[in-house]
Amino acid sequence: MAQAGNTTAHVEGQQHPIGTYFKVWGLLFVLSAASYAVDYYHLESYLRWSLILIFMMLKAGLIVAVFMHMRWERLALIYAVILPPVLVLVFVALMTFEADYTFFTRGAFFSLGQ
Amino acid sequence: MTQSALTDTGQSPTRPDGMQGFVTDWSSDQRAFKNVPWGKAMMWIFLLSDTFIFSCFLLSYMTVRMSTTVPWPIPSEVFALSFGGEPIPLILIAIMTFILISSSGTMAMAVMFGYKKDRRTTAILMFVTALFGASFVGMQAFEWTKLIVDEGVRPWANPMGAAQFGSTFFMITGFHGFHVSIGVIFLFIIARKVWRGDFDREATGFFTSRKGNYEIVETMGLYWHFVDLVWVFIFALFYLW
Repeated sequence: MAQAGNTTAHVEGQQHPIGTYFKVWGLLFVLSAASYAVDYYHLESYLRWSLILIFMMLKAGLIVAVFMHMRWERLALIYAVILPPVLVLVFVALMTFEADYTFFTRGAFFSLGQ
Repeated sequence: MTQSALTDTGQSPTRPDGMQGFVTDWSSDQRAFKNVPWGKAMMWIFLLSDTFIFSCFLLSYMTVRMSTTVPWPIPSEVFALSFGGEPIPLILIAIMTFILISSSGTMAMAVMFGYKKDRRTTAILMFVTALFGASFVGMQAFEWTKLIVDEGVRPWANPMGAAQFGSTFFMITGFHGFHVSIGVIFLFIIARKVWRGDFDREATGFFTSRKGNYEIVETMGLYWHFVDLVWVFIFALFYLW
């Protein structure tokens, strides 16, 4: 708090117009309703999965970017927080192979047992 | 001192933006996170580690669901609820989703009013957030009771199909519900401090013995939004998939 005393050229902390929050709040409601509708109208297979993932990522993005103020942070923090979770996708790929292998082995084993 | 109650973050006014700023911020022998108070940076690091925990839970759920040879129960039917008439699919889960989003909205506004030093509005919005959170936990308790008592779902077996359904369900939603409960407790604690005016007087925290200020509201908010964020993924990947 500042020997300098003049440090805050901009507004203190994270202050953004309240309208921004209401807009994002509304968007999150719409997106949630849309993903609920995916289930309600029994969409199936690839259409269902892609819609679920799209709505999920949009909601997550809105929450992180606006509610958690990420879009107003410096790149140093943004990259430190956002990049590591992206690498989880490698883990996802690995476990997909593993799960397929287990499923195949179980199928082979159980059919032998009969 | 008089005009700024926030932490001095050591930001020099002339730091470059964009990619070049990223490189200079991360270059050696200086603090990497400019413009960010220590409490907020540490909360982000904690949330990052929490992200990995939930990632591992959801990944193990994906793995067991893909590898089981027994049919997976249909969540849409398992979590249907009837109000006297036809059962409505997933209705309780949808209500819980909207409640959690609303609590995120009130929390975001609490942060904003906190930085405006509007003590009353901040505290009231935080109390509202906490009440939304508490009602979420209540509904989850109802959902668990219905599943355990009425439908006989157990972590090791269930009458509707794959046994792994119960294990992953209780583990994932249980861990999330635990996060929500802790969040509610801390919301009440911080809201009480705001209400008392601790951050207007810069009262010393009993744990940190540092001067308190409204930044803690934003740090608390980060945690709360994270809880909402995790629910977005659980809702999509567990309930809707």
